[in-house]
Amino acid sequence: MTEPLSFELSRPAVDPPRLPEADVPGPSPADVLPREALREKPPGLPRLSEPEIMRHYSRMASLNYSISENFYPLGSCTMKYNPVANEAAAALPGFAGLHPYQDEESVQGALELMWRLEQSLCAIVGVERVTLQPAAGAHGEWTALRMIAAFHDSRKENRTEVLVPDSAHGTNPASAALSGFHVVEVKSGPDGRISLADLESKLSPRTAALMLTNPNTLGLFEREILDIAEMVHATGALLYYDGANLNAFMGICRPGDMGFDAVHMNLHKTFTTPHGGGGPGAGPVGVKADLVPFLPTPTVERVNGHLKLNFKRPQSIGRVRSFYGNFGMLVRAYTYILAMGGDGLSQASQDAVLSANYLRKLVENDLEMPHEGPCMHEFVASAHNLHQNGVRALDVAKALLDRQFYAPTIYFPLVVPEAIMVEPTETESKATLDAFAGAIKEIVAQAKANPDALHEEPTRLPVGRLDEVGSARRINAYLQGQSEDPILRWKALSDGGPEKAC
Amino acid sequence: MLETIGVRSMDDLLIDIPQSLRLESLQLPNGLSEFETMAQVTALADRNQVYPDRLTFRGGGVYRRFIPAAVAAVTSKPEFYTAYTPYQAEASQGTLQAIFEFQTLIAELTALDVANASLYDGATAVAEAAMMAFVHTGRNEVLVAGYVHPEYVQVLKAFGEGRGIKVRKGAEPTKKTAAVIFQQPDFLGLLLDARALTQAAHDQGALAIACVDPISLAILAPPGEYGADIAVGEGQQLGLAPSYGGPHVGFIACHKELTRKLPGRLVGTAYDAHGRRGFVLSLAAREQHIRREKATSNICTNHSLCALAAAVYMTYMGPYGLRQVADVSFRRAHHLAERLSGLPGWEIAFPERQFLNEFPIRVPRASTVVRKLARKGILGGLEVGRWFRELKDVLTFTCTEVNDPKAIDELLEVLA
Repeated sequence: MTEPLSFELSRPAVDPPRLPEADVPGPSPADVLPREALREKPPGLPRLSEPEIMRHYSRMASLNYSISENFYPLGSCTMKYNPVANEAAAALPGFAGLHPYQDEESVQGALELMWRLEQSLCAIVGVERVTLQPAAGAHGEWTALRMIAAFHDSRKENRTEVLVPDSAHGTNPASAALSGFHVVEVKSGPDGRISLADLESKLSPRTAALMLTNPNTLGLFEREILDIAEMVHATGALLYYDGANLNAFMGICRPGDMGFDAVHMNLHKTFTTPHGGGGPGAGPVGVKADLVPFLPTPTVERVNGHLKLNFKRPQSIGRVRSFYGNFGMLVRAYTYILAMGGDGLSQASQDAVLSANYLRKLVENDLEMPHEGPCMHEFVASAHNLHQNGVRALDVAKALLDRQFYAPTIYFPLVVPEAIMVEPTETESKATLDAFAGAIKEIVAQAKANPDALHEEPTRLPVGRLDEVGSARRINAYLQGQSEDPILRWKALSDGGPEKAC
Repeated sequence: MLETIGVRSMDDLLIDIPQSLRLESLQLPNGLSEFETMAQVTALADRNQVYPDRLTFRGGGVYRRFIPAAVAAVTSKPEFYTAYTPYQAEASQGTLQAIFEFQTLIAELTALDVANASLYDGATAVAEAAMMAFVHTGRNEVLVAGYVHPEYVQVLKAFGEGRGIKVRKGAEPTKKTAAVIFQQPDFLGLLLDARALTQAAHDQGALAIACVDPISLAILAPPGEYGADIAVGEGQQLGLAPSYGGPHVGFIACHKELTRKLPGRLVGTAYDAHGRRGFVLSLAAREQHIRREKATSNICTNHSLCALAAAVYMTYMGPYGLRQVADVSFRRAHHLAERLSGLPGWEIAFPERQFLNEFPIRVPRASTVVRKLARKGILGGLEVGRWFRELKDVLTFTCTEVNDPKAIDELLEVLA
């Protein structure tokens, strides 16, 4: 059921593919370059014929779960269906064939698309301008924090702390630290929402910003968001919105109206660009007027109906990525927004909230629900009730895999023990939600009747549970020079595996 | 569904949202059919001018290359492109194995021990490598030697500012230097003495970071051979369309001593209870979701699908196919350089330096040349004076296996 590596399939007898010959009188590298500049041995790439390559990758594809075949109830990840028209749009030669250093005159359509996408995102989140450069959500977070730092610097204010709730995504504190800030954690109250008392005690003249996602990672809307915004702004700090959960309220409300000053969005979540097995994504950042001067260069400007790239932005934080961002992903997101329209996006968010509440209701007696509903687009349950049977959230996740469902996000947010975070999205049918709830019920029943069998799952996938601890131990051995097997790459060895099953 | 939930309307589910925040509707047009959507998007695409591959002589970090059909045939498989980051290893073996193969291919190409699952692009790869050097050496200055891609340097500066890292130009490291960063071949296409730069860095206890062109490594000595500690680069040439600059793929490889400081995802082998080999995300303890504010990088994903494209490309080419591609590009570029330098007023800039498939040439009036070629449907050289004042009226031309000899003739005819 597993597939050998291309390196293991490689055969020295395979001829290289037929490629163009030079057909000009130019010299060869060995004719002109000094010997020490040349490579001694050709790189150890595998040698396979095209049919072997196609089969190899087709077999590997069959080892994956994907949105095209499976329900992915991954909390915080918004795994909705990726419309295939998006792919067709990005593949149009008029987009895919553009060189980034063509003259502006020759790329007016591309710039127009970027400009229109920016306008659409501004309308959806309620901000003044948007940069499309960041390549991913975490990249967007960091970009926004750099702008916030530049904003405070421009006012000669020395603000060194960024407040982050204890339920926040791990990227939040990491992005803050990489932007030069000291991270201060704010506690959640018993209802799962940020504690205003704790926030009050942490806010100070040192505070540069509060990073918040709303609804929070528990799927709960921060009811007191307007008070929070007022408190933060009263100290002279800014409010940053982590857009991971934007799918909860498009067309229902807007982060800009809530008082957020900077907003990052994940085009690969909310706006259906495919996840690609972990990227490429895109993480545009929207800002209110105060932060506009600090946007990365270049921005796209419309001057007398003509589109231009503006590199002259003296207060800009500079460039955060080469060229203009993940343009191909921008094409896909724009195509989606155009197809959905304002009415379709509003409906999408309402349906997402409806799906989450429906699914939550279906499983509320099977798993623990640490917080009261209603939820927004996702909910966090806990497998804590199965603890007495020796069953953990991890076991539930693996058992779901055996039932053709991808697993929910588990052990996140950190504030809920044995967390199981479920986000069904609007593109799943009621029948799928019912089937998923049925699988949960079956697993919970099994946890009570025969918990040991659950520890063995998954049994119907290409591999069973993989020994990650053993893998880490072998990496350590390699890094400490006690083993020749690099673990993190293939290398021809006399014996590639462990002596026996462990 | 509302009945099952036990509420009467959608509004009952949205009660936590203050009324003052509720919107009537979005200020966007209503949705369209797929037909109308595609008509509008296609109209935008049609407003762009696409230069044919064979008549594109402009590089500067993004190159036209022959892309085997196998690449799109694999990356357009929905099992790959609609899968998530492989958190559940047992249900993601295809993605994990592809990344593991990519890591091995990059490690082989660069002749270094370990490569990660990929990064966003060449620019952020340079910046991430500099962060590694900063953490590893505890020094806060990085040197940029020679003509490194100006946009990479801009990104490096933006990254460095957040962490108090000073970016300076120069090739003479001191005891304060965390790393010397150079590009081989450089932004103009010229080769530099990578061995000497690496040695100079090591003499001062600094790391040597080589930003390399992956295709060039089929013929040039790889970073691992001349002792560079970290190799990074842009992988667009390995099977990815120009796509107005992205998405492409950054790569990073290093000596095993630096493994724990590598940013981003790393995939390793692991075994199940039956002794079957599989692949898992490894060394997660370095990463943001565990280390939070103590992580060395905030990167949470990679460019998996682009890395997959690159893996298919490298596997298709194999060691000798890749060398053929590099070799043909080399010969054609040298042929083009020879012919262009015969034009009146045209002369090779830096004639004492060697190049591979991109080279700088001084021309009478760069903008006039470029406009003249554009009128004939040819994307001519890149005006590098835009970034470097001393290079006013210098164009860099590039040639690859897609620029056939007749295309070179056509270019010359326009300029003659």
